[in-house]
Amino acid sequence: MKPWLRWLILLVFAVYFFGPLLSMLDFSTKTTSGGRSGAAWKALVTNHQVLGAIGQSLLLCVTTVVLMLVILLPTMIWVRLRLPRLKRLIEFLCLLPLTIPALVIVVGINGVYAWVNYFFGYSPVVLTFAYVVLVLPYAYRALDSSLSALDVTTLAEAARSLGAGWLTVITRVVVPNVGAGILSAAFISVALVLGEFTFASLLNYQTLPVVIDLFGKRDAHVSVAAALGSIVFASALLLLLSFAGARSRGRKGA
Amino acid sequence: MRRARSLVPLVGILPFLAYLLLFLLIPTVVVIVGAFQEDGSFSLSNLHALTNSATVDALRSSVVLSASTAVIGGLLGALLAAVIVSAPERSLVRRAVLALSGSLAQTGGVSLAFAWMATIGLGGTLTTMVQNALSLDLTGNGWLYAMPGLILVYCYFQIPLMVIVFLPALDGLRPQWREAAETLGASRLQYLTQVAIPLLLPAFLGSLLLLFANAFAAYATAAALVSQGSPILPLMIRAALTSEVVLGQQHLAYAIALEMIVVVALIMGAYAWLLRRSSRWMR
Amino acid sequence: MNARRLAVAAAAALAMTAVSACSSTPPSKSGGNSSAAATATSAADLGGMSKLVAAAKKEGSLNVIALPPDWANYGAIIKAFSDKYGIKVNSAQPDAASQDEINAAKQLKGRPTAPDVFDLGQAVALANTDLFAPYKVSDFDKIPSQFKDADGTWVNDYGGYMSIGYDSKKVPAVKSVSDLLKPAYKGKVALNGDPTQAGAAFSGVVMAAVANGGSADDISPGVKFFSQLKKAGNFLPVDPTPATIESGQTPVVIDWDYTNAAETAKLPSWKVVVPGNQPVGGYYYQAINKDAPHPAAARLWEEYLYSAEGQNGFLAGGARPVLADQMKTDGTLDTADYAKLPAVKGTPVLLTQDQNTKAADYLAKNWASAVK
Repeated sequence: MKPWLRWLILLVFAVYFFGPLLSMLDFSTKTTSGGRSGAAWKALVTNHQVLGAIGQSLLLCVTTVVLMLVILLPTMIWVRLRLPRLKRLIEFLCLLPLTIPALVIVVGINGVYAWVNYFFGYSPVVLTFAYVVLVLPYAYRALDSSLSALDVTTLAEAARSLGAGWLTVITRVVVPNVGAGILSAAFISVALVLGEFTFASLLNYQTLPVVIDLFGKRDAHVSVAAALGSIVFASALLLLLSFAGARSRGRKGA
Repeated sequence: MRRARSLVPLVGILPFLAYLLLFLLIPTVVVIVGAFQEDGSFSLSNLHALTNSATVDALRSSVVLSASTAVIGGLLGALLAAVIVSAPERSLVRRAVLALSGSLAQTGGVSLAFAWMATIGLGGTLTTMVQNALSLDLTGNGWLYAMPGLILVYCYFQIPLMVIVFLPALDGLRPQWREAAETLGASRLQYLTQVAIPLLLPAFLGSLLLLFANAFAAYATAAALVSQGSPILPLMIRAALTSEVVLGQQHLAYAIALEMIVVVALIMGAYAWLLRRSSRWMR
Repeated sequence: MNARRLAVAAAAALAMTAVSACSSTPPSKSGGNSSAAATATSAADLGGMSKLVAAAKKEGSLNVIALPPDWANYGAIIKAFSDKYGIKVNSAQPDAASQDEINAAKQLKGRPTAPDVFDLGQAVALANTDLFAPYKVSDFDKIPSQFKDADGTWVNDYGGYMSIGYDSKKVPAVKSVSDLLKPAYKGKVALNGDPTQAGAAFSGVVMAAVANGGSADDISPGVKFFSQLKKAGNFLPVDPTPATIESGQTPVVIDWDYTNAAETAKLPSWKVVVPGNQPVGGYYYQAINKDAPHPAAARLWEEYLYSAEGQNGFLAGGARPVLADQMKTDGTLDTADYAKLPAVKGTPVLLTQDQNTKAADYLAKNWASAVK
């Protein structure tokens, strides 16, 4: 693709995506007397509750990503290698959390969470279990995209014939080659945790989006600043993550 | 001997299944059972209510909205992903687009609706600019608060989602394959239609499926933009569960949720069939 | 083949045990609510106000739900209560509707995050009285009998009238409901919610009905009015929020007068008018959760809300406190705030429970098609 065409396309997309964000910035810095003021933003970034909730949510991000990768990735690789007939079933199961609106899942998951609270307490971190389920559809698709580009069966056969056990096959042969998929899955998980509101609010946990929403209620400008701030925060975090991710991945296999 | 061998691989996915059982299947079963109840006893009345004209209309609107944003978002997202995949992994543009896509893919709800209203709604930034420059009224007959507007706003998170889940597939296209095709005499178009597209089709269709399901169950954005009349299924569910005017409808909500599961299962079936047909030449 | 059947049978058995296990609840760690406060029906049961205050302070926190800070001045009321007694108030789900409060109480039952007190609309309150604990505040006898349950299971706390709020800088002044059909309001009129879901929107339709020849028993003219409004292109299906009002997206909003009044405090050009000579009124209902995790704090909260301080708190937000007449006689009413309330002419229209149900059924059948 010619470079100028590439930049043109990027520009058109930039207008579409940044336009509404700029409108939000515009509104959040307006005052009723018609001037401009950073008061809404200042109130947002200096609020103790908001800052405290950031730490909680970051911890929740880490636990969700780790648990998701530990549970999902080996399963997907294993299904591809040894249980190909179950692929459609796993795919459907991983799509199910997206099909049922969160409002309805909460009704059903409530009984389970009574026990989770009994064993693990009431900290927002217990939301990890529910968030991993919520993130499954996206993570599955990202990992599957990456895995489908890889000839997993041949790689596994080659490794096994050289004497590798199944664990080595998964951790040292397949995983390093699906770096793009893992990164995408991690990205979408982090973004989901930082933006997930319904579950946390209905089960009454004080995560960042919940705290921000309540804080924004006092003033319209603050609520819009909070929404835009969340997007900026998530993007910045993901950008940082991408630097960490690229460094730890090896070269692509032939 | 044979019995043992066919069971052992299953052990490998036991942790996954156990986890899903607790946190996904139990909630789903509760919902499905609830769909068949009314006032504490077995009843098919809620399933019957699914055939009301209002519910059927909502189903149609939901499917149209989800399918169109899946296709539009899918194609545009694939285009954006194709534009940045050729950039080196360490390039800032690629990282920035990916980071932004990750966070925008999860936007929605009141803030997204507001952002668009503040741009092209009454007194919005773009509306005012266009009004002053071209004397055109962008708000027109309120198209933003009907299907066209919903499609436009939904694509805001569908396109980034497509980028995020489809990029790994594009990334897997080895440049060596293009070189090999070229040395064998294939033109650009031939490479695209006979090598690249068939290889990418499963991931592409799978991503479209995800986009469909994503839009199908989304309701916070629509709730803010079109809060009158419950035009799509998730809004009907919300109305049935949280209405403070018409009470006692929660089993109807479960019946609608069951309907949504069935619809997605059907779409998945169509996707699986499409895949089987198109990938017959692959092993 | 047998192995597969065995696996399927095992999975089914596992699933069934899991489902039945999840419907059982874990043993309660908090030791149950055996405190005296959980069954107290008045402060006297605990030995007087000072003992109630001491018990509440010992509990240390209060869970409230569905109380937006700018709704009837709840933000300031919560802060004043918290400062006065040193009790931390956890405000959950400020955007929730009345039914969400009941859902939360049922779903979070037995957990320390369950709501302690409710502030509900009429239909939901009267349908769920089995979840409430009866309690009579100190001034219970001074509350008019039509505003309370004889045992104190529920008590009205504040009310208001349906009004039309508009931005005087963006649209011409609104004097009556039928003004809204004029072309000057094209694409500008919003209703606070869907009438089949939200109490405020429901009363808005009643207001339109009453202004167009209908009554508390017949709201069809109201639905027809909104249908006309939609056809004229004036009706916005958007959900109005302070952000949409201040940014000019929804220059006209039909909502309770106190909610619109809260907007005037932030946007000086926002005016509120209660049209016609049959204002549609509505009161909200206070109740205590029978299984409240903090029963003493919940009861202290009720005492506070019905004290002069609490009732004046509602008045400052533009709502009409239920004890207003009594306080005027006693001289404890904040007369300056009272004078700021929008002028209301004529006899108020208040729906009974039966009229409510009848109207709700009518709306459920006809609203969606009327505003398509």
